[in-house]
Amino acid sequence: MASVQYDAATRLYPGTSRPAVNELSLTIADGELLVLVGPSGSGKSTALRMLAGLEPLDAGRILIADRDVSAVRPRDRDIAMVFQNYALYPQLDVAANMGFALKQQGVPKEERMQRVRDVAKLLDLEPYLDRKPRNLSGGQRQRVAMGRAIVRRPQVYLMDEPLSNLDAKLRVQTRTELVELQARLAVTTVYVTHDQVEAMTMGDRVAVLRDGILQQCDTPSALYHAPANLFVAGFIGSPAMNQLHVSATGPLMIGGADVGIADDVGGERAMIGFRPEVVVIGAGSIPARIRVIEDLGSEVFVHLVIQHEGEDHRLVAKAAAPFTGAVGDNVQIGLRGTVHLFDTSDARRATITV
Amino acid sequence: MSGQERGTTLGVGERRAGRIAVGVVAWVVGLVWIFPVAWTVFTSFKTEQDATAQTLTQGLSLDRYREVSSSTEGTLSLATALSNSLFVVLVSTTLVMLLAVPTAYALAIRRVPKWRDILFFFISTKFLPVVASIFPIYVYAEKWNLIGTRTILVVLYTAMNLPLAVWMIRSFFMEVPRELIEAAEIDGTKLINQLRSVIMPISAPGLAATALLCVIFAWNEYFYAIQLNFASGSTMPQWVIGNVDTRGNFLAKLSAASVIACLPVVLAGWIAQKRMIRGLSMGAIK
Repeated sequence: MASVQYDAATRLYPGTSRPAVNELSLTIADGELLVLVGPSGSGKSTALRMLAGLEPLDAGRILIADRDVSAVRPRDRDIAMVFQNYALYPQLDVAANMGFALKQQGVPKEERMQRVRDVAKLLDLEPYLDRKPRNLSGGQRQRVAMGRAIVRRPQVYLMDEPLSNLDAKLRVQTRTELVELQARLAVTTVYVTHDQVEAMTMGDRVAVLRDGILQQCDTPSALYHAPANLFVAGFIGSPAMNQLHVSATGPLMIGGADVGIADDVGGERAMIGFRPEVVVIGAGSIPARIRVIEDLGSEVFVHLVIQHEGEDHRLVAKAAAPFTGAVGDNVQIGLRGTVHLFDTSDARRATITV
Repeated sequence: MSGQERGTTLGVGERRAGRIAVGVVAWVVGLVWIFPVAWTVFTSFKTEQDATAQTLTQGLSLDRYREVSSSTEGTLSLATALSNSLFVVLVSTTLVMLLAVPTAYALAIRRVPKWRDILFFFISTKFLPVVASIFPIYVYAEKWNLIGTRTILVVLYTAMNLPLAVWMIRSFFMEVPRELIEAAEIDGTKLINQLRSVIMPISAPGLAATALLCVIFAWNEYFYAIQLNFASGSTMPQWVIGNVDTRGNFLAKLSAASVIACLPVVLAGWIAQKRMIRGLSMGAIK
């Protein structure tokens, strides 16, 4: 078990001008589950591969347990990785797959088999130990890939979208199991995903990446309630945060109505952002029209259109079920709760309760 | 997607007529293909008179096989030719595989700089007609006292088959999923183990197909053998030709010798058929 530290780690792929990972500095505590999340091309997988030693560093360093491993081969980093497509050795059975790394380390056969059996028991894989990967279901393969990592007792687990090849139901179930397992084993884990729901539900902390640059690294709650910038605000949360362009100074107007926000953030106000649950339908002075109603049973998302600064803008409101409005209805809406103000460089400048 | 979905759909009548036509064409092509082989096998059982006259009056027998396989004075014996061929083929194929596997690794998996140029270099050695290379080879073979030895054939067959083997094995190695190699790297394999326990088992059918082709090409090679190796180091093709008699009829004997020379390759091919077809088609899927 160990901490992991990225220290201004940079990776520039040959023939490109923009680094895939740009001066990433991040410390992951011993036993922590950190999720790297971002859209495709954000550099999250590259960052993981740099930690694995599969990508070299062009600048900066990476430390595992306070040891600089930047120039250390993957096999000498004491890490285990779970790949998106599991990368099971097709010619070996489940037991041999799980024991492969131990065999490479020269662990005696007796001990190897014992450790494989222990982990197989933990993951309910005992009946399948002599099967080849091609004779397993997707969920079983995923567990074998996990087992292969666990058997090694490494300092760090690296997981590259390990659940994305499972169907939706199994993915949610496995997600919970994985979190429990990680907490029990208490091994430092770096988990890559593009799915912000997965990131929010799994991570002790979540690091949001965009274009190779770390946007914010914090607890899921802090990312949701205090996003560092517009990108994080828009990326985290589903449905996404409502965003509207607003005037730099003067009373803050939405759809021609004063919503009671006086703070002008020193004249650097450019955007306002607020979550769907902040929008209240039927109590306020902003005229809106209902476009679509998404009734999920326990909650209802109401998609609205407002006239703001001379253009149609779409907003989403979260309403309590049951919701009585209908599509096409003209309603009045207001804001009740936390709103964020962002400046022209998209950074959050103020969070205000209205 | 199944083959049915991809193929064009024909009407009931059309489909049947089409299938019959394809069947007829297949049989004609097959017969044309098999004719020289069948003719040779058939002739090998005839007497020399029947063979030369293209008749069958004196019946069929194994006598020609007995004649060609029993050594006659001054000529190359079957046992010598067979052991020479086996030696040259097996040693050269082993060398080719030992050299081609690491080369293919360096060109497919951990690519060296200028790998495209290297790949092109290998295939470019095949551009030259064999005849154009024989003169310098002969001069140096003579200088180093290699004429008439099995060594010179081992060297030449290794060189001859290496480009093919490198290209084939490289394409098979390219098929090995990248993640598997990375997983093996993280799992602590050193280079040799990575090849031995991950890459080679996965591309085993391809490696078998490559080795078989090398065996066949070396076994059948005639030009270098006849130019450089007319003495005791001669191989099977030379033994076959040794049955050409300048003073009498030889067609039946030559046929028998040809059949004997073909048998090992046919046998090897038949045994390896399944693996080889899988290996050869492996590169074609993606």
